[in-house]
Amino acid sequence: MMPRQLTILRIVSFWLAAIGIAVALVQPAWSQAELSAPAANAASEAAETVNEISPDPAPQQGFAQLLDAHRDAGFSQKSETIARIADLNNPRALPVLQAMANGTLFAIKDGPIVIAPDGKNGEIELAASGEVLQTAPGDIKKIRVNNRLRRDLRDLIARISLASGDTDIRRAAAENAFTGANPKTLPFVEAAILIEQDSRTANTLQQAKAAMILATPPEDSAAVIAAMAVLKDRGDRPSLDVLLRFGSQDDPLIEAARLEAITAIERTLSYWQLAQDVYFGISLGSVLLLAAFGLAVTFGVMGVINMAHGEMIMLGAYTAFVVQQVLMAVAPGWIDVSLLLAIPAAFVVSGSAGMLIERTIIRFLYGRPLETLLATWGLSLILQQLIRSIFGPTNKSVQAPSWMSGSFEVGQLTITESRMWIIVFSLIVMGLLLTFIRKTRFGSQMRAVTQNRQMAESMGVKTSWVDALTFGLGSGVAGIAGVALSQIDNVSPNLGQAYIIDSFMVVVFGGVGNLWGTFVGAMSLGVGNKLLEPFAGAVAAKILILVFIILFIQWRPRGLFALKGRFVDS
Amino acid sequence: MIIRRLSGISWGLVSGVYVALLLSCILVPLCNLAVPEDSIFHLSTYTVTLIGKYLCYALLALALDLVWGYCGILSLGHGAFFALGGYAMGMYLMRMIGPRGVYGDPILPDFMVFLNWTELPWYWQGFDIFPFAMLMVMFVPGLLAFAFGLFAFRARVTGVYLSIITQAMTFALLLAFFRNELGLGGNNGLTDFKEILGFDIQSDGTRVGLFVATAVALAACLAICRAIVNSQAGKVLLAVRDAESRTRFLGYSAENYKLFVWVVSACMAGVAGALYVPQVGIINPSEFSPANSIEAVIWVAVGGRGTLVGPIIGAIVVNGFKTWFTGALPEIWLFALGALFILVTLFLPHGIVGTVRSWLPSRTSQSDRATGPSDTHNDTHNVDETKPASGTGL
Repeated sequence: MMPRQLTILRIVSFWLAAIGIAVALVQPAWSQAELSAPAANAASEAAETVNEISPDPAPQQGFAQLLDAHRDAGFSQKSETIARIADLNNPRALPVLQAMANGTLFAIKDGPIVIAPDGKNGEIELAASGEVLQTAPGDIKKIRVNNRLRRDLRDLIARISLASGDTDIRRAAAENAFTGANPKTLPFVEAAILIEQDSRTANTLQQAKAAMILATPPEDSAAVIAAMAVLKDRGDRPSLDVLLRFGSQDDPLIEAARLEAITAIERTLSYWQLAQDVYFGISLGSVLLLAAFGLAVTFGVMGVINMAHGEMIMLGAYTAFVVQQVLMAVAPGWIDVSLLLAIPAAFVVSGSAGMLIERTIIRFLYGRPLETLLATWGLSLILQQLIRSIFGPTNKSVQAPSWMSGSFEVGQLTITESRMWIIVFSLIVMGLLLTFIRKTRFGSQMRAVTQNRQMAESMGVKTSWVDALTFGLGSGVAGIAGVALSQIDNVSPNLGQAYIIDSFMVVVFGGVGNLWGTFVGAMSLGVGNKLLEPFAGAVAAKILILVFIILFIQWRPRGLFALKGRFVDS
Repeated sequence: MIIRRLSGISWGLVSGVYVALLLSCILVPLCNLAVPEDSIFHLSTYTVTLIGKYLCYALLALALDLVWGYCGILSLGHGAFFALGGYAMGMYLMRMIGPRGVYGDPILPDFMVFLNWTELPWYWQGFDIFPFAMLMVMFVPGLLAFAFGLFAFRARVTGVYLSIITQAMTFALLLAFFRNELGLGGNNGLTDFKEILGFDIQSDGTRVGLFVATAVALAACLAICRAIVNSQAGKVLLAVRDAESRTRFLGYSAENYKLFVWVVSACMAGVAGALYVPQVGIINPSEFSPANSIEAVIWVAVGGRGTLVGPIIGAIVVNGFKTWFTGALPEIWLFALGALFILVTLFLPHGIVGTVRSWLPSRTSQSDRATGPSDTHNDTHNVDETKPASGTGL
């Protein structure tokens, strides 16, 4: 067990070193903090008179009447009515004011006020009740707003949203209040803070308040310093912008707090950037992992150098394309499941192609790895040209299903869903492969043949069948990888060529005959590549990684996780 | 007596190649320059350059065969040495353009002016001197090969692993040479050459001269390879090829022998590249692409690896077919090339020369073959493979 523990120790130390280097490289960025502050343009905004919107003590008029008053009102009159609408606490107030701000509020001649987002011919709903209008209206007139009114509307919308019963709306409104940082809305924000129950929203409101305080010239230095502390905790780029806009101050206390907050935020930002790079690296690593699985089986387990491995991936990608085209023609509604259907299809297509290759070519070349390399290279040329003749040389696109497109944020990380699914998918494939090789009867036969062919044969294992099936398995997994890669790469006859060298690097780096080695190899190379990229550029990062592998092979000719035993000693 | 016997058959074929090269050196200039253009014996300059190109490929194949056929090192990165030699020659030719470039800068090549460089990088210094450039043609690939081989052979990286890292090497160089920052023309490479040694590079006379130079270089390298193969060291190389561990146990330092032929082979590949560039008129990073290196391997395999004449014949035959195919049936070419790879490895493991030789009454059948039995794990390079292929396993 000692060598294995040593290996794990080495990997851990390798990772620690890598992280150490990354952190050391990030460090200088902190000290180079840009401290020059842009002119405070917040002052001009603050100079405007604060628009007093006092709540009406006795709302005599109903909501509908107030709405109707917009019809022929002047702008100053409108400004008053919208304030009243906002005070009415009517659930329709928010959509109405939003429609007004967006210019989608209309008055029907001799009829009610309506919201028509798509103009006269789209869907039209009554402003007062939200009912959808069944009959097309005759003559409609837009309720016009000017810039000043629009500003008022924005503040009112923010205020109403902050009072909304829906937590999501309140959250979004608080976030808007932070980005807008309009000092005029400070009283509402402060009021909202007092009653806010949701801690996250309350937090954002505090941050918005801080941004608003810092958008005006400083009065109360304690409040300013407290606001800076709040922004420091938030620690993202908008917070940094607020601090930079605030400008350097004469008050040494405030200036010290500002610089400290800026340094802290920049450090936080660089950590998030590092995390983002690591995520990209894991994402690249999972792509490499998928591409290398098939090779890990054919090369790692069987010792066959399959240069046509990339073409097995390419076949899988084209299978995904064909499945999608067929579905589009037969059942267009099912387009979202086409990728799921393509996975088994690609496994079968690439797997049977692999078995065919094994039976007709490779089995005559066992024990002559260099010849196998040449023959499979020839095969890869033929397959590429074949696909080019059938589908043409242009790139095909495989549509992403709706559940795979889009992205979301975790903290300051942007996670694209297609990448995330590929990470998940690669882990699932890995789990299945491991289980298959370890737990099933065929898996144990496979391992037996790898370890001692003669012995396995004399125990009744049909070794030539095991060979064919193993090769089919490796090729099939490559096909599955092709389905995943069709989502992030161009589906073209050259698709496989882009991955063949990388796949070999991963398998050789990780050590043959060990899926965990492949996993560690792929992830290390992926993350290493992405961590180098910001400093060296994409191409140079790739070159560095290749050089690293070449040197690494000198040090450990059998990769990270080398199999021990006589059977691999050639 | 024994040496005479051992080298007998090779001598027959090799002398044939010498005679053919000598004849071509006389006939080609004659047919191109002296015979009038309307005569059927006239050889167009295009054809002269084409054959010159084939001879460059033949030289590359010969270099590859020296390491693969005689030492068991399958290099998938020999194209890198070829391209480096080509770049060294290209740099000389770029300096010879002088002020005739588009931007008219007397020293800086056009692409540097375009990139707003103000002075020549240090590694471009001296390339205006022809002997220095010729030295670099061999020195640069040789140095890379030495550094690479020193590490790889010491660490006993062998077989497939070595092949894969040679491929990684040429791939890394491909990526590096695409970068403009490297100062070697980036994507476009080096081109637009004007003259070599004061002669116009486009003129018929220069083309014929380059052809003769290529033929002479090929003959010289063939002689060097023969000398190496027939020497005492050559026997050790064969032993390393067939049973490396055993050779090592006998007290030979296998890595030194390997390093020696590896460097010699890289220098020859560099010379081939240097002769290639003035004839085709361009060198760009695509010469580093792994596919080129693998294609060179198939020339050797087709011709017959482990014979000195085989790779020369293979390179000329395969490229002759390629020229014809890509002209007549461009779509079919990749099918044909792919099929060639498969059929040759399956049915013609000894290549053309090896197969023809096995048909002849074997006067000295032992001459080029591997001698003695080899252990099961090391028979991967054994030319004399007679065991049933299936079931031998890993």
